[in-house]
Amino acid sequence: MNEGRSLAFYVLAAVFGLYVLFLYGPMIVIFVLSFQGPTGGLTFPLNGVSLHWFERLWEGGGIVDITGAFKRSLALGLVVMFLTVVLSLSAGLAFRKRFHGANALFFVAIASLIVPSIVTSLGIALEFRLLDDWLKAYGPPWIADDLTTTMGMFTSGLGAHLTWTLPFGLLVMFAIFNRFDPRYEEAARDLGASPAQTLRYVVLPIILPSVVGVGLFGFTLSWDEIARSSQAMGEHNTLPMELQALTTTVTTPDIYALGTSTTAVSFAVIALALGAIGLLRRRQARHGSDAGHA
Amino acid sequence: MSSNANLDSHGVPGWLQAAPVALVFTLFFVLPLGFVLMVSFWDYNDFQMLPTFTTRSYTESFEGCLTSLPDLCTMLKTYVSTIKFCAIVWLATLVIGFAVAYFLAFHVRSLTAQMVLFLVCTIPFWTSNVIRMISWVPLLGRNGLVNQILVGAHVVDTPVEWLLYSPFSVALAFVHLFTFFMVAPIFNSMMRIDRRLMEAAYDAGASGWQMLTNVVIPLSKPGIAIGSIFVVTIVMGDFITFDVMGGEQIASAGKVVETRLNALQFPPAAANAVILLVATMLIIAVLNRIVDVRKEL
Repeated sequence: MNEGRSLAFYVLAAVFGLYVLFLYGPMIVIFVLSFQGPTGGLTFPLNGVSLHWFERLWEGGGIVDITGAFKRSLALGLVVMFLTVVLSLSAGLAFRKRFHGANALFFVAIASLIVPSIVTSLGIALEFRLLDDWLKAYGPPWIADDLTTTMGMFTSGLGAHLTWTLPFGLLVMFAIFNRFDPRYEEAARDLGASPAQTLRYVVLPIILPSVVGVGLFGFTLSWDEIARSSQAMGEHNTLPMELQALTTTVTTPDIYALGTSTTAVSFAVIALALGAIGLLRRRQARHGSDAGHA
Repeated sequence: MSSNANLDSHGVPGWLQAAPVALVFTLFFVLPLGFVLMVSFWDYNDFQMLPTFTTRSYTESFEGCLTSLPDLCTMLKTYVSTIKFCAIVWLATLVIGFAVAYFLAFHVRSLTAQMVLFLVCTIPFWTSNVIRMISWVPLLGRNGLVNQILVGAHVVDTPVEWLLYSPFSVALAFVHLFTFFMVAPIFNSMMRIDRRLMEAAYDAGASGWQMLTNVVIPLSKPGIAIGSIFVVTIVMGDFITFDVMGGEQIASAGKVVETRLNALQFPPAAANAVILLVATMLIIAVLNRIVDVRKEL
């Protein structure tokens, strides 16, 4: 029915083009401005081109401990990524069978996406405060005496991030298994494979590219998360939290340099993940033509 | 979620595989929500929360809401303003998201091109929201690019002030950040529409507009509903976008909670969180009547 391109095509193509410009335009502007000369300000024009603001940023010139926050966020992001992949994969396999409470778990996962982040963050903060009080009052002396707080980046903070990344991980797993042909597993079983062998040699190789996608969600969502972190991180801040704090105080292009650096990490991770997915797909096409083609 | 009965009896039982995720959600989502509800009924003083039952936090939050009518109390004003933002952002993201998804689903012909263009829309979603917000500063500020152009072209004599740190910039940032939440589910719904239905409509003499209103929109409804739920709940609970783009001048339902938290007043913060949650759930309940979300995944 689409002989030749209609007028609607050109109108919608223009809308799409404008939308992409709207998405990327402002970001490109701050990348350009982060290379502002030493005398330049927060807006155009560029007073020369330099790495001045990057140098200042990484020397810790005047603003908070960026290197520390950078390392903390990276460590947290990697742990969140690992746990998101393993836990989502495991739960994704579970949802293909029948188990008690499957509906409740699904409902809770969706609720975790929809309940405002500030509410979840407040709840986690309260939980750990009450736990602290309880431990100080009733805990054994070897805990109670030295305890300042149980809150921290890898306790309450990690939990807060997982309530955000796991629902996305689960949704991706559902999408994967909705398209998965169970006859591959039946064939493996008929040939005498144990459930563990079926998983290891049949299911995992087929779904691997998509599992990389789950990891991508796990890392990037954690790397940029603020709302849930806001009350749950304990004494240290993550990188995006520092960045948000800077928006109200900093009046020099440092903040653009920081923005560019953070986005560079995001882009590196995205490129790495997409590259890995592409590579795995091509390998499947070459080697496993009888297994990998769903 | 395809269930496969003959696999049930093999390998690790399902409940065991689901247990780690269930544990995480119990410890860091379900229990915390319980604590929010519990603490919202606690008393407090300047230093700490006091575990005695009281409705003080609620009565204080709603103070003047009945007595000062017909004037609106602070709480109602904040909610009216937040819901106004929800409506504006929802409409803008819906129109833009629908157009973008429609273009991708029906006008881009090769699957590879579809996936590449969809990825182009997705990549910003994997980058920082704060950076995407502050990237408007050099464009919309008093000395920003837009004002430079407007003044340079003599459209205005003095720089336009309402472009940044205003309701306008807050709404703009929301549309910028969250239109993707509309594009993805609507695109997903559209890709499932059987193309033969559209051919049938075409053969039966439907105009482009009739095809849109009688075939495409009804069949895209699940995606529209899911996208709407995402966008509306994000705007309802947001405090960061209002903070960064509103110059800390604009009240919102989520910011009320944050303000109380910054003052370390946990019971009133919890009460406001419960009110926010109830308001959000009411909106979702209305949207959920339109479509059973679970069926559409």
